[in-house]
Amino acid sequence: MKANSLNRYRSLATVLTMVFSLAAYGDEGLSTQQLLLNTLNSLKQGSMPEREQAITQLSEIKHARSLGILQALLDGRLFTLKSDARLVTGTDNNQGYAINDAISGAPLGAIERADVNKINLTNKLRVSLRKIIGRLELNADDPVIRLAAVKAMGSEDDEDALGLLKARAAVEKDETVRKAINVVFLVQEMNSSDKAVRIKAIDALKEQNSLDVVNRLNAMVEKDESGNYLETDADIRNLAKAALIKINTRVQFYSAIETVFFGLSLGAVLVLAAIGLAITFGVMGVINMAHGELMMLGAYTTYVMQQLMPNYLGISVLLSIPAAFVISALAGMAIERGIIRFLYGRPLETLLATFGVSLILQQSVRSIFSPLNRSVATPEWMSGSWQINDFLSLTWNRFYILVFCLLVFMLLLQILKRTRLGLEVRAVAQNRNMAKAMGIPTAKVDAMTFGLGSGVAGMAGVALSQITNVGPNLGQAYIVDSFMVVVFGGVGNLLGTLVAGFSLGMANKFLEPFAGAVLAKILVLVFIILFIQKRPRGLFPQKGRAAD
Amino acid sequence: MKFIALGHDKTGASVLIALTAVTFIIPFCNLVFPAASPLHFSAYTVSVLGKYLTFALLGLSLDLVWGYCGILALGHGAFFALGGYAMGMYLMRQIGTRGVYGDPLLPDFMVFLNWKELPWYWQGFDQLWFALLMVVLVPGVLAFIFGWLAFRSRVTGVYLSIITQALTYALLLAFFRNEMGFGGNNGLTDFKEILGFNIQSEAVRSGLIMTSGMTLIAAFLLCRWLVNTKLGRVVTAIRDQESRVRFLGYRVEMFKLWIFVFAAMLAGIAGALYVPQAGIINPSEFSPLNSLEIVVWVAMGGRGTLYGAIIGAVLVNFGKTVLTGLLPEIWLFSLGAVFIIVTLLLPDGIVGLLRRRSLEQRA
Amino acid sequence: MNQHTFDLSGKDNKTGAGSLLVKGEVDTRHGPILYLEDVSVSFDGFKALNQLSLYIEAGELRCLIGPNGAGKTTLMDVITGKTRPDTGSVFFGQTIDLLQMDEPAIAQAGICRKFQKPSVFDALTVFENMELALKADKRTWPTLFHRLTGEQTDRIHEITGTIGLSSSHQLRAGILSHGQKQWLEIGMLLMQEPKVMLVDEPIAGMTHQEVERTAELLLSLQGQRSIVVVEHDMEFVRSIARKVTVLHEGSVLTEGTMDEVQNDPRVIQVYLGG
Repeated sequence: MKANSLNRYRSLATVLTMVFSLAAYGDEGLSTQQLLLNTLNSLKQGSMPEREQAITQLSEIKHARSLGILQALLDGRLFTLKSDARLVTGTDNNQGYAINDAISGAPLGAIERADVNKINLTNKLRVSLRKIIGRLELNADDPVIRLAAVKAMGSEDDEDALGLLKARAAVEKDETVRKAINVVFLVQEMNSSDKAVRIKAIDALKEQNSLDVVNRLNAMVEKDESGNYLETDADIRNLAKAALIKINTRVQFYSAIETVFFGLSLGAVLVLAAIGLAITFGVMGVINMAHGELMMLGAYTTYVMQQLMPNYLGISVLLSIPAAFVISALAGMAIERGIIRFLYGRPLETLLATFGVSLILQQSVRSIFSPLNRSVATPEWMSGSWQINDFLSLTWNRFYILVFCLLVFMLLLQILKRTRLGLEVRAVAQNRNMAKAMGIPTAKVDAMTFGLGSGVAGMAGVALSQITNVGPNLGQAYIVDSFMVVVFGGVGNLLGTLVAGFSLGMANKFLEPFAGAVLAKILVLVFIILFIQKRPRGLFPQKGRAAD
Repeated sequence: MKFIALGHDKTGASVLIALTAVTFIIPFCNLVFPAASPLHFSAYTVSVLGKYLTFALLGLSLDLVWGYCGILALGHGAFFALGGYAMGMYLMRQIGTRGVYGDPLLPDFMVFLNWKELPWYWQGFDQLWFALLMVVLVPGVLAFIFGWLAFRSRVTGVYLSIITQALTYALLLAFFRNEMGFGGNNGLTDFKEILGFNIQSEAVRSGLIMTSGMTLIAAFLLCRWLVNTKLGRVVTAIRDQESRVRFLGYRVEMFKLWIFVFAAMLAGIAGALYVPQAGIINPSEFSPLNSLEIVVWVAMGGRGTLYGAIIGAVLVNFGKTVLTGLLPEIWLFSLGAVFIIVTLLLPDGIVGLLRRRSLEQRA
Repeated sequence: MNQHTFDLSGKDNKTGAGSLLVKGEVDTRHGPILYLEDVSVSFDGFKALNQLSLYIEAGELRCLIGPNGAGKTTLMDVITGKTRPDTGSVFFGQTIDLLQMDEPAIAQAGICRKFQKPSVFDALTVFENMELALKADKRTWPTLFHRLTGEQTDRIHEITGTIGLSSSHQLRAGILSHGQKQWLEIGMLLMQEPKVMLVDEPIAGMTHQEVERTAELLLSLQGQRSIVVVEHDMEFVRSIARKVTVLHEGSVLTEGTMDEVQNDPRVIQVYLGG
């Protein structure tokens, strides 16, 4: 199997060299652009062997788009338009594809699935294509792409690949990439016939955070079916064991870091969900059961914004933040003016009335957008993850939400501390009648405060749309949690909400490996129920007679 | 003396008469008149009315807690569901070998999950008396533990409401888990017989609606008596001025606990009567929305009157049956609107409205 | 939880922090019935009580006066268990440590309180209000099966008469006038047969006639019960008080007869120059 693909790769390489020489010497007059066009023509119309040739040619053309086109071809995202046979690359957007011109890369809008023909590949072609892409990537200008290529090639015991890597090592300037290539060689040396070389390699590799290294070390200490060690040399085996222990300690450390990160990011979501509530509940004493639905409105705002500008995902998400703020704030102010202001001082009634509002909002969304979940696309800069090493990668969307949460928190704190509105809000919260006597328009302040809290809920909704399904039940899923966070942190205390949100997030994530996700959640809920009974005013209670 | 003294209380008396009528006339008509007769009630009508009666009992129990003691419990549905599960476990064990997998001991879902033996907490549920004991004990014990912790540390008002909601939410999550051994997502269903009778038969349905009706009447009278005892007055006093009651030497938390546990047991009984008539019990009964619906029945009927809760439960559920049948989209809109209208415009519910009317007419 | 319930029926009492030397009786052989020593309470840095020491004699009628914020209400909160002091000790008689007890236990031991804002149960009738206050077994099950004896009914009617509400005992308390509510609350205090009565601003909202009757009532009770009255109305205080304690900034400024106190330059300073 392996030998077979190797042969194919060799034959492909031969063709490749031939074409390369042709391109270099035979057709000097032809511009790169023209060459690309010609190649692409045979790619889209030709038979399978012609396509194979076209692929090889394409890999030789030093054009900015050639790697992208090959990658699209491999992913099955390279199409011809049925209308004018133009070659396009597409990305799936649920209903159809968002397409770009293959050669220029210019966006061409969205299109139905039925409007394009996919350019097909055989399995054989796919294998060679993968290699070609690897080689191209290995020589790409971007060191990140090169690094990925090195890792991909290193995991295959492929002499051609090793050769390419050796060649690359000679010219590689980037430190990280060079180290990565070095690891590949060290891994090869572990299987060397010279024991000294092997020992040296294992010694050097135990400092590496590479899954490949772990797999190979593991293979060394394993037994075969008849109970004999695969590795016959006991010294090497013991060394490998020691190296594995060393690496495993590091892996555990990284997994702890990862859990902390997950905990923080879950905490960030909780804080975002709860912080608006901390204002309406904590500062105003109003129980707003429709808070979750205000978040849902924010999430749907993101969805609508993306529908309005399907080709500018990144911008649409950024624009959704203020849009969601405004929409949720307006909705919140309407709720406050229409219902809540008649119920001040009757918290239980407020709770019931706002729950009625939440039902109406849910059903409205269900009627307008259908009861099904809508998927909100994640812009490129938020998708994927930050691969620190093989054992630690942090997803960008959660990272950005963490940052976003902290920003929103700081902003709110500043608004409450520094602005006139903040001063009035705090004054009304402490002594409504006195504030009124001082000439503060309490009714207006109430509406503004409620609007602020609701607007923040809307922004939280934008963040949620990036990590969870956007549907009519989005709000319900978070309402109990957010109340728990506010109550746990201490009502009327924004900092308490922050601390509570992060600690609950962490607790959840640290419990999950032992208890499973659902049980972890139940345990946290039970913990809070018990905690509130021990300290009814939360972690950071407000003291004094006013609190009675 | 005040036990059945309904002379000065017309609404209470009419509710009681209506209940008695439903309890006896409907099953009678169902059994005696042939299906073609205009006086015949269909099996569907009988089971729907039977369910309303159990909801009324549930509403009644919440009214004790909320209307009289001032505790807005947003997790009352949990006790109903627990009672329902206890009954459901009995009905599951009655299926015996008639299940899809034909296992004499294990319910289908356990066979499906590859369980080898019956979990300890399923033992004893093949006996009705044991199941009925659990119907009151399990909700009662949960209410006791929860209430003891909450009331002793003086968690009140919206905090209490929120943690009761968290309680039912936690139970919802727990019962969704297959590992809990209560059928996970699907819950308990496909019941075959109760006390050896076919659960689908008209006679059993009539028997169930009669049992529900009589239980409701008994519970109604018991609650009336209760709120007219000194304990009832202490509880009312706690609702209005909690701390003052403490300074009179009453242990407020004990009284709250007493009422809370009593109401939880009533809710458990309601759940146990509901399950054989509904034919299913699943985790969605624990959902916070369900518990909030109970609150709206009581609010709409008029809290602190007992019969208001019964009227509200029947009316709202009738509306639900009609609307979800005709215009499913409208139901949540209406329910939401009821929440808002009742709290803003009808703080004393329908009963309060009727009372005000009759006062105006007299004046 | 080191709480003690007091069995006033005279059955066995275990000894402990709050034990009684004579069963069912408070030990007042050394005179005072209430001992407050070095009591401090602070709210967020504000010292509501500052190392206050105060002794109330058995059967005494004591008036507490002092400007707003002097700590009068906080003092009552501490005695009745509503507020826990940061430091200091509070004893009922010589042996009962009030700091170990919660509000119901203190009330059952015989320290009862009338609040500044009249707090009666609006939804219940006057009679029912009195019935709730009645000295009885106040645990849940006995309360559930409680039946009024003829003696108890008579007592309720007697006290309803004393507080001038005989004709309205079937009315809901919510519709009473402010002054009537004050009286009802005093009546409820009497129903509890307390050893110590803490009366916070009893005459607010009363007519002149009602004030006079209140003074008479309080005077007639002294000797049988210890009474602590907090009042702003100096004329009223003068009409009932033997001994007056002036509180200022959370401590006792001075004690003495009304004349002594009124001529004390520090008191004048506090009231006029403060």
